[in-house]
Amino acid sequence: MDTLQKALEYALDPSNDFADALGMHLKLSGVALLIAVAIGVPLGIWISRFGAPAQIVVNIMGVVRVVPSIAVLFLLLPPLHTGFRPSAVALTLLAVPPLLINTDAGMRSVDRTVLEAGRGLGMSAWRLLWRVQMPLALPVVLAGLRIAAVEVIASATLATLIGGGGLGDFIAAGLSLSRNYILLVGAIPVALLALIVELSLAYLQRVTVRYQRTR
Amino acid sequence: MNQLTRYLFEHFDRVWPLIVQHFWISGTSLAIALVIALPLGLFISRKQALATPVLIVLGVVYTIPSFALFAFLVPFTGIGAQPAIIALTAYALVVLVRNTMVAFNGVDRGVIEAARGMGMSNPQILWRIEIPLALPIVVAGIRIAALSTIGLTTIAAWIGAGGLGQLLRDGMNDPTYSKLYGGIIAIGAIAIVADLLFRLVERLVSIPTPRRTAAPIVKPVADLKEA
Repeated sequence: MDTLQKALEYALDPSNDFADALGMHLKLSGVALLIAVAIGVPLGIWISRFGAPAQIVVNIMGVVRVVPSIAVLFLLLPPLHTGFRPSAVALTLLAVPPLLINTDAGMRSVDRTVLEAGRGLGMSAWRLLWRVQMPLALPVVLAGLRIAAVEVIASATLATLIGGGGLGDFIAAGLSLSRNYILLVGAIPVALLALIVELSLAYLQRVTVRYQRTR
Repeated sequence: MNQLTRYLFEHFDRVWPLIVQHFWISGTSLAIALVIALPLGLFISRKQALATPVLIVLGVVYTIPSFALFAFLVPFTGIGAQPAIIALTAYALVVLVRNTMVAFNGVDRGVIEAARGMGMSNPQILWRIEIPLALPIVVAGIRIAALSTIGLTTIAAWIGAGGLGQLLRDGMNDPTYSKLYGGIIAIGAIAIVADLLFRLVERLVSIPTPRRTAAPIVKPVADLKEA
């Protein structure tokens, strides 16, 4: 309890820049996710139109995903040095595969007869995509977004190791100074952040599924 | 490539102990998790009322970033391999329990009824019907747990557990980056090779089902934990 109290005092002391670290964590995660969505979702839609060659891309993404995020972070250290840039690029690289894989899977899961019906109604390809395919694929795409978001927030904790900042700063500082309460200043908010994002995106996912069933 | 792997070969005497340490931490965590998770997963697949609370608790643990969970444990255990093994066991447990439960739930009721009709006893049904049919998904769970654990063990270097993460930790200040590249290549290669090996085992243990049975496709449920 004493440690918790000290952690709270440390976090509230403006000279320790807690707000800056939190802001940096959100900025890193947000920028990486936005870029990853902008790359992964259109690419997933495009790839879902092809048969076997697309499967190769999806399989390669599966293999890339196996490489631990810490290895990806450090891989960017030599070309981009330390700081925000290599961290944001690494987090983006981590977030693209789940988004791409799930968008592809979601688009493929749309019933062919529904597409035929849409075409029969005279829908253009563009309209079919926006009004039929995307809404039906949405729960699977959102599942990808949830995986990517939680992964990015967790990995952003490691950005401190290559000078990217974020809440991991307090964990790293706590470890090097052997101060338990500083560890908690990083660990508790980042755990809460991950949980909040996981729960809200899981809820959003469920809402879209329900929406589909009632229609 | 030569440039990237140079350190691994030239200083193999220094890399080898780290590999051993890495596998020791990952292996111990996985072994403890397996011993707990397989019976627990089977148990909650039979008691559905227990499944939801157990899965919620495990889900919360799994969402916590590993660097944060390590940090929670250090005040209690100090730094070293101990907090690493506790945290990694917890993560592996989540994946294994979820997949074991899904695997046993996925066994076709009709097949079990048929076995009972043939006069099989409950233990016989478990060992000769349920376990063989559940095995591919359980192995898929072991693959995901193993890959996550191997990756997360790298991060444990920062709480003083050693392992291949040590090469990244020490290598980032070396201007030639040979140590850093060696570490990245070693970690990436181990993860990819482990993935392929487990997929091979998965294929070996799956029983080819005739197409006309249209068995429901049961997929592993947990995601890889990256950080």
